[in-house]
Parts: sequence; structure tokens; C-alpha cells
Amino acid sequence: MRRVPLYPVTKTTLTRRRVLGGAAALGAWVRMGPAAAAAADELAAAVAGYTGGAPVQRGKVKLDIAELVDNGNVVPLTVTVDSPMTAGEHVRAIAIFNEKNPQREVAKFTLGPRAGKASVSTRMRLATSQQLVAVAQLSDGSFWSHTVNVIVTLAACIEGDT
Amino acid sequence: MARTLINAPSTARRGEVIEVRTTIAHPMETGFRPGSDGKTLPRDIIRRVSCRYNGELVFSAELFSAIAANPYLAFHTVATESGTLVLSWEGDKGFSHTETIALSVTG
Amino acid sequence: MKIPGRALLLALAVLATGSGASAQTPAGGDSRRSGFEFMGTSTQAMQKDDALNPAMLWVKDGESLWAQPAGQSGKACVACHAAASSSMRGVAARYPAFDERLSRPLTLGQRINQCRQHHQQAATLRAESQQLLSLEAYVALQSRDLPLAPPADARLAPFRKQGEQRFLQRMGQLNLSCAQCHDQNAGGRLGGSLIPQAHPTGYPVYRLEWQALGSLQRRVRGCMSGVRAEPYAYDAQELVELELYLTARARGMAMETPGVRP
Repeated sequence: MRRVPLYPVTKTTLTRRRVLGGAAALGAWVRMGPAAAAAADELAAAVAGYTGGAPVQRGKVKLDIAELVDNGNVVPLTVTVDSPMTAGEHVRAIAIFNEKNPQREVAKFTLGPRAGKASVSTRMRLATSQQLVAVAQLSDGSFWSHTVNVIVTLAACIEGDT
Repeated sequence: MARTLINAPSTARRGEVIEVRTTIAHPMETGFRPGSDGKTLPRDIIRRVSCRYNGELVFSAELFSAIAANPYLAFHTVATESGTLVLSWEGDKGFSHTETIALSVTG
Repeated sequence: MKIPGRALLLALAVLATGSGASAQTPAGGDSRRSGFEFMGTSTQAMQKDDALNPAMLWVKDGESLWAQPAGQSGKACVACHAAASSSMRGVAARYPAFDERLSRPLTLGQRINQCRQHHQQAATLRAESQQLLSLEAYVALQSRDLPLAPPADARLAPFRKQGEQRFLQRMGQLNLSCAQCHDQNAGGRLGGSLIPQAHPTGYPVYRLEWQALGSLQRRVRGCMSGVRAEPYAYDAQELVELELYLTARARGMAMETPGVRP
């Protein structure tokens, strides 16, 4: 199923209402049930909250994570942003958001020219199969993102307290 | 004292980009999980991690409940001059831990 | 209570997954595969690099405990055993081993506690405690990459036989034996999870499901809960015998301690 971008690329300022309105309009030709649409809306709203409503373009960012995880409790990931990391052109910040965990935010990183390389790694928890978005803010104020779908299967055996 | 694993080079050439890899023992209790009595266990996570290179903040992170237990964080920094990198972790319940790495920069 | 429905689902899932890897050894070949090979690349990467392996938090702890005086003796492990890298090399690979004083096999963790009690005059460490796991992990690390070498001690034979019988015996509300999943259906799937062959090559292991380091006993108890059987108590004779059988079954396979597993 081809995923439609959750936050339309436009030069005008995106207000939260516009984003939600846009997502609802897309709903007509995107195959999502009402619950899934709500989760996607929340994700879009979280990203919009982070960017202050500024437009987010696709590209420059790479969210590297297994497409099918061994265990949703510990999922390694790396976010890399294509940037020379000079004083004049660098990555200021990177944030990661999720679609279906109890809380949208995963982590927010602050970088700068002293980072040398815009690449951060960590391990996250994934409650279920869902979309993840990595957003980067560049020194020129622009925002870029990468969206990934991750499949999580729950452990077959329920252990209880061992 | 929290247990940590820090992996970073002890020497580097001036201008070289080095990677700092860190792990710290911490349960990262999400605040969403029910305990055995059915009541939600209170959140207990590391919320902020920072790295100061000879006093200057070169990296910081804000962590949320979605970060796995025993949080692993890897980042990069430019080896500008010899000195120390001070890593610090802060979180709920007054959690605070610091580790210092010495870095010798040549050239 | 959801258990009966889930029990049915699991039973059906096991039957439905059918034959995964064949249990028959192809002529001349060793079909045994470590659990490592059943994991995704990012989990494998966590195990291969000590800088990425969370189990090293415990190993580092074990290293300092090794040098810490304990009990009324005021002696640390290092006082008798010197550097673990030499004295403990190959030791974990030949455990469980027969203990003369108790006339029965002991696991590495139990052996450590025996040492504490009789040679350090120190209190024993609770099973699955951070201290005991750290010492176990540190000692077992010294056997990393060495082949599992259960001792050819005739006194172990009757205990190993008991372990083998338990491995083949159905148990729990789901009425499944270890062999049905791990011999006959290894390589297949139980729900979304790939079924490994259950070789104890990486223990103590950092298990992602636990987000912590744990022993083989903890893992076996978890499996027993999974088939809705009452798990044997920690350090129960049954668990020692099972471990004895599992290590014999995995004889010659390389130790990976400390492993990382889903």
C-alpha cells in the first residue's frame, strides 16, 4: 500500500488546523480506518508542534531501523542527516516521533557545528507496528524528514514473572 | 553509582570527527505500565543527557519513555583540542550521573 | 480470563507452522545452529560489539566484584584464583560439573555460591541477583569462543539422563515438550517469533524481552510459564539436570557469552 505523506509540502505556513484539515481531506483517497487516521493525525500534529507549523520536506534525513524487529522492547536505530556540518551549514537538531506508542515523542537531540557528523544512534521501544518520523532542523531554519514503517510482532510466549 | 559503558577514543588528530558511544544502566520505567497490583507504575526515566567538551556543550538529548531500558546513545564530536568530555545524565527521582573522558588531541 | 483461548491459539500456531528445519541431521553435516543465527542483523550487531552489548554492564560489574573482598575471610576471588582471564579460561564451558562435597551436579552460579560459602565465609548470593549474574557473566566471558565441553564424568550420566527425559516430556496446560518446539519445529514460527534450537551457548544472556541480563534458569522458567506449566524453582535439581542435558546436546558449539537474544 503506497503511503501518502502525512504533512503536505507547501510554502505557506501550516497551522495545526490546516494540517488536520489536510489529513482529513487526504482521508478520502487514503485507505485508512478511522482509528488509524486518528493516530496519523496525532503524529502529524506532534511534528507540526515541533516545527512550529513550518513546512517539512522529505529528504536529507535517513532513519535507519530494522523493518521487521526481533523484539519491540529494544529496537536499535540511527538517524543520519546529509550535511557538511560547518559553522555556516549544519544540523541544529534532530527529533524522532512515533505513531502508536502511548506518547508521540521518542527523543530530541541538539547538535551544532561541533558535532562534525550529523549522526545519532539509540534504541527505542515500539508498542506495535507503526510509522516513525525523524525530523531534522538545519541551520538555515528549514526542516527535513524521513518516514519509515516498522513491523513489530509480539513475543509468542507470555512469561509472567520469572 | 549507575553502571556505565563508555566507548570513545583516548587520542585523536585535530579536526578528526570522533564517535562517543554510551550505555547507562537504568530501568527507564515508562509510566504507562501497570504493576502487579494493577496500578500504573510511576515514570522513572533519564530525561536529559549532555556532553560538555572542555566546558562547552557539544551535544544534548532529551529522552522520553520510548527509549529502551539501559539507554544507549551514540553521537559525534570534532576533536578540537586536548581536554575532557564530561557526560552527564539526569532524570526522574533526582537521578544524576556524570562520567569524564580524557581526550588527547595531536597535530 | 484469556488463557484458554490463547492456549488454543498457541497450540494451533504450533501445529500450523508445521516442519521448519528438519530435526534429522543431513548425512555427515551438523545441523545445529546457535540462536544467534535466528536473529536480525541489528540484534546480532549488539552481540558482536562489546561497545554495543548491554550485557557488558554486568560483566564490568563482575570484574570489580572479582577483586572485592567478601565475607569473614576478607578474601576476594582474586586471592585464590588470580587473574580470571587465565584461571577461569574454559571453566564455564565445562559446567554443570559434579561437586564432590554435595554428590550432585552444580551450575556455575551454584559453584560460585559454594565458593563464597566455604572459601570466603560469605553469604550466598540470591539466584538471579545482579551480583551473582555479574560474577557468572564475568567468569563465563573467559570461555567465549571456546567449544562447549561438558565433562566426560560417569557420575553425571544419571542426572543428564533425567534432564533428557524432561526435555522429551510433555508438560503444562498446552501439553508441549521442549523437543516439540526446539527439535521438531526449530526454524519454524510460533506466532511471529522464529523458534530457535535452544542451545545454551550465550548464557547469561541479555534478553531484549527482559531488557536485562538473565540466566538459563530464568529462560527455562519462562518457557515453562509459556506452556502453562508450573516452573521449577530456581536452583531446583530439575533445572540443573536440564542444563546438563542441554549442554551435552550443544557439545562442541562455541560459547558466545555474553549473548544477546530477542
